[in-house]
Amino acid sequence: MMRPTDYTIAEGLRALDKREISSVELTGAYVKAIEAHNPRLNAYITVTAETAMEAARASDARRAKGEVGALEGIPLGIKDLFCTEGTRTTAGSKILGEFVPPYESTVSGNLKRDGAVFLGKLNLDEFAMGSSNTTSAFGPVENPWSRANDPAKRLVPGGSSGGSAAAVAARLAMGATATDTGGSIRQPAAFCGIAGIKPTYGRCSRWGIVAFASSLDQAGPVARNVEDCAILLRSMAGFDPKDSTSADRPVPDFAAACTRSVKGLRIGVPAEYTMPGLAPEIEALWQQGLDWLRDAGAEIVPISLPHTKYALPTYYVVAPAEASSNLARYDGVRYGLRVTERDSDLRDLYERTRAAGFGAEVRRRIMIGTYVLSHGYYDAYYLKAQKVRALIARDFTQAWEKVDAIVTPATPTSAFPMDERQDDPVTMYLNDVFTVPANLAGLPGLAVPAGLDGQGLPLGLQVIGKAFDEETVFAVGAALERAANFTAKPQVMA
Amino acid sequence: MSLDAAAVRRVANLARLRLDEPEVQKLQAEINGILGWIEQLQAVNTDGVEPMAGGSPVAVALPWRKDAVTDGGQADAVLRNAPDREGEYFGVPKVVE
Amino acid sequence: MSYTLDGDTGPWEVVVGLEVHAQVLSESKLFSGAATAFGAGPNSQVSFVDAGFPGMLPVINGECVAQAVRTGLGLNAQVNLWSRFDRKNYFYADLPQGYQISQFAHPIIGTGVIEITLADGSTKNIGITRLHLEQDAGKSLHDQHQSKSFIDLNRSGVALMEIVSEPDMRSPEEAGAYLTKLRQIVRYLGTCDGNMDEGSMRADVNVSVRKAGEEFRTRCEIKNVNSVRFVMQAVEAEARRQIEVWESGGTVGQETRLFDTARGTTRSMRSKEDAHDYRYFPDPDLPPLVLEQSWVDQLKASLPELPDNRRARYVALGLSPYDAHVLTIEKETAAFFEIVAKGRDAKVAANWVTGDYFAALNRLKREVADSPVSAENLGALLDLIADGTLSGKLAKDVFEAMLEADEPPAQIVETRGLRQVTDTGAIEAAVDAVLAANADKIAQYQGGKVGLFGFFVGQTMKAMAGKGNPALVNELLKQKLG
Ligand SMILES: [Mg+2]
Ligand SMILES: [Zn+2]
Repeated sequence: MMRPTDYTIAEGLRALDKREISSVELTGAYVKAIEAHNPRLNAYITVTAETAMEAARASDARRAKGEVGALEGIPLGIKDLFCTEGTRTTAGSKILGEFVPPYESTVSGNLKRDGAVFLGKLNLDEFAMGSSNTTSAFGPVENPWSRANDPAKRLVPGGSSGGSAAAVAARLAMGATATDTGGSIRQPAAFCGIAGIKPTYGRCSRWGIVAFASSLDQAGPVARNVEDCAILLRSMAGFDPKDSTSADRPVPDFAAACTRSVKGLRIGVPAEYTMPGLAPEIEALWQQGLDWLRDAGAEIVPISLPHTKYALPTYYVVAPAEASSNLARYDGVRYGLRVTERDSDLRDLYERTRAAGFGAEVRRRIMIGTYVLSHGYYDAYYLKAQKVRALIARDFTQAWEKVDAIVTPATPTSAFPMDERQDDPVTMYLNDVFTVPANLAGLPGLAVPAGLDGQGLPLGLQVIGKAFDEETVFAVGAALERAANFTAKPQVMA
Repeated sequence: MSLDAAAVRRVANLARLRLDEPEVQKLQAEINGILGWIEQLQAVNTDGVEPMAGGSPVAVALPWRKDAVTDGGQADAVLRNAPDREGEYFGVPKVVE
Repeated sequence: MSYTLDGDTGPWEVVVGLEVHAQVLSESKLFSGAATAFGAGPNSQVSFVDAGFPGMLPVINGECVAQAVRTGLGLNAQVNLWSRFDRKNYFYADLPQGYQISQFAHPIIGTGVIEITLADGSTKNIGITRLHLEQDAGKSLHDQHQSKSFIDLNRSGVALMEIVSEPDMRSPEEAGAYLTKLRQIVRYLGTCDGNMDEGSMRADVNVSVRKAGEEFRTRCEIKNVNSVRFVMQAVEAEARRQIEVWESGGTVGQETRLFDTARGTTRSMRSKEDAHDYRYFPDPDLPPLVLEQSWVDQLKASLPELPDNRRARYVALGLSPYDAHVLTIEKETAAFFEIVAKGRDAKVAANWVTGDYFAALNRLKREVADSPVSAENLGALLDLIADGTLSGKLAKDVFEAMLEADEPPAQIVETRGLRQVTDTGAIEAAVDAVLAANADKIAQYQGGKVGLFGFFVGQTMKAMAGKGNPALVNELLKQKLG
């Protein structure tokens, strides 16, 4: 007999369809799971158990009337970067105070439209700035996985969508929304042994998502497997006239693409991704992944992405620059935290509010971003970075003449302990070395759990695709998933 | 390029972040570390390269909306989250021009 | 003769350039669907985009783009088919996003030129540097509370066109004429209502002074001057201040100043001085603004007639250059004149409009926009003169009656019996009666006192209550007096 939290989304939808289970039962099981494990994992900042149960009852009633949405009755977690009407939205920051949005983000609204049930708001690095989910003002999230030889050592879930990944891995949600600016979906998915896709820039509307770096931010799902990601993405995606960067093109049936054969596909292997510091186990897994695809009929093609090594420094100019401007609105006037002294003038109000409201990593990035845009430095830093960004994008364009998709490791290491890598920002930034190029080029990237390292921690592979060709990405990702047959489970799990 | 403490304070001023002295010192070291690392971009030949400004991987132009009143008329919702709501206004310490 | 100001060291030339912010006429804002109407309740015309809420994104209003292009065409300027929006970053109480979306590096409109007309009838070309689209900020009210300012975001996000001139003006008069001309053009185009009282047009005035033949010296920018008269006053006041600084051995520093309309002087505006590093960069929320040449051509073809063209057409119709100028200053006046003159003698129509009609407006303190008589009725009055129903004298009486009740003149003529009498029998009877009663005057007249002819005309007209056809009266009198 299956427990309710064992179902994948695809299985859950079938079980709901056959009345083997109700949304109330499913949702109730997840509410219990959250009660049991969230105190330790801290994956949720806000749990909306009551409204979730209400929504589940409403969903069951709709289903009884034959009104069945694409995600009818499926309980999901929402990254606390998506504005949710009537539910506090924090972005993992103190500066938003008790901000309750009077509107619903397009992506979470799309999920609701399709019948999804929201369990609550998931923890994240403050303003999505981080790769370890340790910068949240609401405390760090713990990875439900631990090392075989040191089970007491608490590991990071990755970031910034650490709450989303940990919750899905530990079965505190069937799936979750996440966002990815430099790897914030793919890196935590890999660290937590689940799947996650950052679609093409423009595929999901950014409207109602608290902005970090507007030219890089994309929403996407994390879920237990590739097919579930495909199901979720189909609901999340779509043209939105409220976002001027939203792509006006049809949303394909991504789940159908998961069953496509990879036979005859040309898979690119970029030479530059073999870099010093790459764990040998990851390099071996990468080779293994390529062998699986070759066995499935794909052709492996060596390619070159010559500007890869400049992707991270480019990212750390572009993202902080945009962030410094995007975060200027948090000034203690219209919403959120306000800190003043008795005789504060407006400037003092701004400075105190922003100093107290933003955490150290956010302040650091605002400082960097302000500096690289400031008079006399714009050309040397920002403009230069934009030009290098164009070269990085061009590398990919040239690669697409030879290949249909690119396969790389998702991360250079497996999950690391919470108390590591916190001292030197640059070391922390290196986490995103494999994921950042796809953000800079605006391309879709999928992380698939593919194996375990010597400590029993999950490792992921990444599939990068052409613009708006998520279907090929899903096909390749699903083929890897089938071959890997990843069945390991985290130590903390409902 | 390397920032001295005065430059760190100037940037903090522009960004409206109140920093105490230890924080200025700490940020100075961190920012210089990051900038030193970013410096490698200068080695890339970008002659004749058009900068990539937006995030889209394909060429896009700005979509236009129709000129119609479709929003507003919700002063209460706009003001509801305000830390200092003064009737139908947002309140701030007096600004002298 | 060129304008100079005299200092202790001799004459100084004044150099002026204007940056005019003109509010785009549109129903909704540049990047949100909130309304732009003037005078609404505080914060009632605010979307979450305008208030800078988390996750809110801008979407451009196509009509604002069209209005900017129309204005560019009206300024004889380059329309850039590729332009872009940048963010101008600074903190201010009424700037909710912490940045203004503007066009810094790539404006929608490039260089152009307009011709201004000065009081002595001479003309001069003033270069336009650029026109760009940007968002307006909200409004801070400082007089509502002892220790607080109140913020109203109704204006936040309203579309503005910033129109920047070259430093081509050399006197307060030229600056005034430039602003007047700009206002005239946008009003003709219907791209801005030009209502300076409501803040729909504000000028930032850049002023410097120099000795003849010198390079430009440092300029100061006087912010937000909101009338033609104040612009002229501000130019002179600021120029005099700078001359004094230079002549007393000081140096004019580049700064932002305010014009104190009560004192007629400018003063430094220190509060904005430290916010000079705007950190412009392309707004990542907005892809580039791309226009089709064919669309621009369509707008050009559907542009209304501009004041310069209209004036030239009036002169071609036989109007004096002065009348043509006066009739085209305001587009409402020109539209009024067009109706009065339609199918009629343009010169006669112009004489009536610039003469009796303007005099009446002056006397009644009314505007063409709320005219006491309709253009159609005034035109009908001219028809009654042309067909002999009314004499010039009677027409003026009918016009006075029309000012009281804007009725068709034919109706006034009927109800008040003001029709001119052209029946020779009736006139002859009146003439005979006058002659019979004035035998002594006839003798004097026939004795050589020909000046008395006017007396007989006057008596006859009086007897006919002013309605006798003057030509017939004259003719009969001449016959009978021999
Ligand atoms: Mg200006
Ligand atoms: Zn401006």
